[in-house]
Amino acid sequence: MSALTVTGFKAGYDPDLPIVKGVSFAVDTGEAIAVLGPNGAGKSTLIKAIAGQVACLGGRVMLGGDDITGLRSHDLARRGLGFVPQTDNIFTGLTIRENLQIASELVAKPQRASRIEQMFEMFPDLKSRPSELAGALSGGQRQMLAAARALLTDPPVLMLDEPSAGLSPKLVAQVFETLRRIHASGVTLILVEQNVRAALSLASRALVLVDGELAHEGPTDDLHDGDRLGRLFLGRRAGATAG
Amino acid sequence: MNPQAIIDGLIAGSTIGLGAIGLTLTYSILRFANFTHGDFLAWGAYLTLTVSGFLGGLLAGLGAGAPLAPFSFGWGLPVALPAGVAVTILLTLGLDRVLFGQLRQRGADAIIIVMASFGASMALRSLLEFIYSSEPQYFTRELQIAQKIGLGMRATPDQLLTIAMTALLVVLLHIVVTRTPTGRAMRAVSENPSLAGVYGVDVDHVIRVTWIIGAGLACVAGVMSGLLVQIRPYMGFDLLLPLFAAAILGGIGSIPGAMIGGLIIGLAEAFTVQLIGAEWRAAVAFVVLVLVLLVRPAGLFGRAA
Ligand SMILES: Nc1ncnc2c1ncn2[C@@H]1O[C@H](COP(=O)(O)OP(=O)(O)OP(=O)(O)O)[C@@H](O)[C@H]1O
Ligand SMILES: [Mg+2]
Repeated sequence: MSALTVTGFKAGYDPDLPIVKGVSFAVDTGEAIAVLGPNGAGKSTLIKAIAGQVACLGGRVMLGGDDITGLRSHDLARRGLGFVPQTDNIFTGLTIRENLQIASELVAKPQRASRIEQMFEMFPDLKSRPSELAGALSGGQRQMLAAARALLTDPPVLMLDEPSAGLSPKLVAQVFETLRRIHASGVTLILVEQNVRAALSLASRALVLVDGELAHEGPTDDLHDGDRLGRLFLGRRAGATAG
Repeated sequence: MNPQAIIDGLIAGSTIGLGAIGLTLTYSILRFANFTHGDFLAWGAYLTLTVSGFLGGLLAGLGAGAPLAPFSFGWGLPVALPAGVAVTILLTLGLDRVLFGQLRQRGADAIIIVMASFGASMALRSLLEFIYSSEPQYFTRELQIAQKIGLGMRATPDQLLTIAMTALLVVLLHIVVTRTPTGRAMRAVSENPSLAGVYGVDVDHVIRVTWIIGAGLACVAGVMSGLLVQIRPYMGFDLLLPLFAAAILGGIGSIPGAMIGGLIIGLAEAFTVQLIGAEWRAAVAFVVLVLVLLVRPAGLFGRAA
């Protein structure tokens, strides 16, 4: 059964000017998919809109069997759709522990403290100084905190917008190692990435978004050939023949 | 220099500080300068006066209308205050529903919301004049004698009560904001409302809590000012400049900052009256405001933008 089904989805910042222009796809439970595409293609807009951060201008989103179209962010978080934005994804003016505590409000009260401790075990970097302001963390540690925050509530589906952006190759490897563990634990992942190589190492299927439309959808095995992806990025006509 | 200015400043500063806390909270959570906040003080005072007048009559009928020594007021006022707070809160939540909330939903610019609050402020004030007339009114007609409190200062029991009440409320609020889940959610929304939604925070709920705290404190501040001075439709509007000056001096978003800013403005006013002349009192808040904006726009406790 699919964990997330998106049909004819349109979204954007101006009702007369959709950025995402009618996109349909489904993600199976336990699957990891990559959303690829050139800068400005609308990848962030797509997942922000699914997460209730940008207005949905048409179409439908189903989470499992529930219609979640147009629901607000906090409702979606409550229903188990996790989202880690591309930038500004932690509260820098709050401590590391407070960041986790806010997220833990979604968990049943008796489990809150133990879930926070589990996240500290999973991300030892955060454990050493829980009372420090999150703003003092390095770029990689911030991504770890953002991931820990999202995972704390044990969401069945997790969407991440460029978790590797701005990180050194070593940290990218570390972030993807974490994502691999998360995926192995059964979480359905939707991953927007510029770092195609890293994304393809994790995802078994990819969507290529060009100019707000789906230019390609298929197993990642096809895409390891760089030329193929390059052609897809350049225009959707190439994608149309491929798809 | 007469130390009396210190106690006078602390008394005036208590009212300003409580009012400024509400202002700084609405500014940091709702992101607009709310000009109606002064009128919440006035409405709080009038609403409490109405309830307390009714209760006072009732209590006098029961033979319990006498002042609660050593204070100047009887049981009517303390019993009426929670009711006044409740109705002031309903007033602000209603205003948010019909006006500010509508504009927020449409994604209106902050400047539009500020202008709307300016208009609403005038309407609220006119409504007070219409209902209660512009004649000053009083919670009590009892006269109080200021008593020696040491160090060459004098204060009435009512005045000391307002200082104690302010201290209590500020400490309580500080605990709520720094230690409770609601306070954490408020700080999260003030830093980044859309991320707060992603974290699972119901931003609308936080906005309601903010109005409730702001309106409650405004009502208490209005009642304190009404008790110590008098109740007039313009009492809140006249406090608006000191309120803004205190909130900005303390650093927008900082609760201790707003309180300390209020006390500093109150003290500066009191010393100005004593050293220069009473006619300069109204200029103090303005001068402080301009100085802060020029020298340290983030205020004493604000985070640099
Ligand atoms: N807040 C916004 N308001 C208006 N337009 C926006 C906003 N954010 C993005 N856009 C526009 O939407 C389009 C798609 O942007 P989006 O961020 O979704 O692309 P992206 O595929 O995520 O790009 P990148 O790979 O650079 O992150 C761009 O043309 C951009 O200018
Ligand atoms: Mg993006």
